[in-house]
Amino acid sequence: MQASRLDREVDFHAQALNLRAYRQQLLSSNIANADTPNYKAVDINFEQELKRITSRRSDALTLQATQKNHLQARSGNSLGAHVQYRTDVQPNIDGNTVNLDVERAKLAENAFRYENTVRTISGQFRTLLSAIRG
Amino acid sequence: MSLFNVLNIAGSALDAQSKRLNIVASNLANAESTTSSTGEPYRARQIVFQAVPLGGKHLKNGATVQVKQIAEDQSPPRRVYDPKHPTADKQGYVTYPNVNPVDEMVNMISASRSYQTNVDVITTTKAMLSRLLTIGQ
Repeated sequence: MQASRLDREVDFHAQALNLRAYRQQLLSSNIANADTPNYKAVDINFEQELKRITSRRSDALTLQATQKNHLQARSGNSLGAHVQYRTDVQPNIDGNTVNLDVERAKLAENAFRYENTVRTISGQFRTLLSAIRG
Repeated sequence: MSLFNVLNIAGSALDAQSKRLNIVASNLANAESTTSSTGEPYRARQIVFQAVPLGGKHLKNGATVQVKQIAEDQSPPRRVYDPKHPTADKQGYVTYPNVNPVDEMVNMISASRSYQTNVDVITTTKAMLSRLLTIGQ
């Protein structure tokens, strides 16, 4: 499907927004499980994943479906992001690797950058609108 | 949608932490209960949390938290010599619960902090969601 100009304009930031929301989910999961024995903190490398997701759109690897009820291969999450365990922290004696301070800081950072992206998209729409209205 | 999952995750943590606080309250309230419905002195309870991955076995979509079990503390009870006490045994010793108030206070503060942090997560995410609605305005 040929993406329209309008789509392309916003698509990159929309992907970034999706990935930010997904990362928020992982970080909140870390915070929620800060007292769970043997829980290992998870996160994604945002820059890497965004590159991967945005570049994949042109050469997407899909299974060939000859019947309409054939299933498509799907990775574990809808974005196909590589989730990684945090390794730079000292584990607690119960095997938990959540460092609450680190997670809170990352959560705040993620929320801020999410807002940043939202504003960028709004700005793009405003630009487009001003071009339409003249 | 991911951001609504965040609310589920943080919500499950609020539930788990308030249950933990409940157990702490029970332990502290019964720190001197020398008998109970079973006739034995009260035993301290400890709560064990468990991560429940969202969608699949792996942590790809994060995990909510739930209470796995509430275990009874198996450490020996405290024995105090007090022959006048109605529950004293033949040697004059009263068996008190194995509740350690210092441990319980630490547990209480930890539960309260975790609760606060998760409320913060919900507040932040709520702000993100309502920010999302302003796109195009």
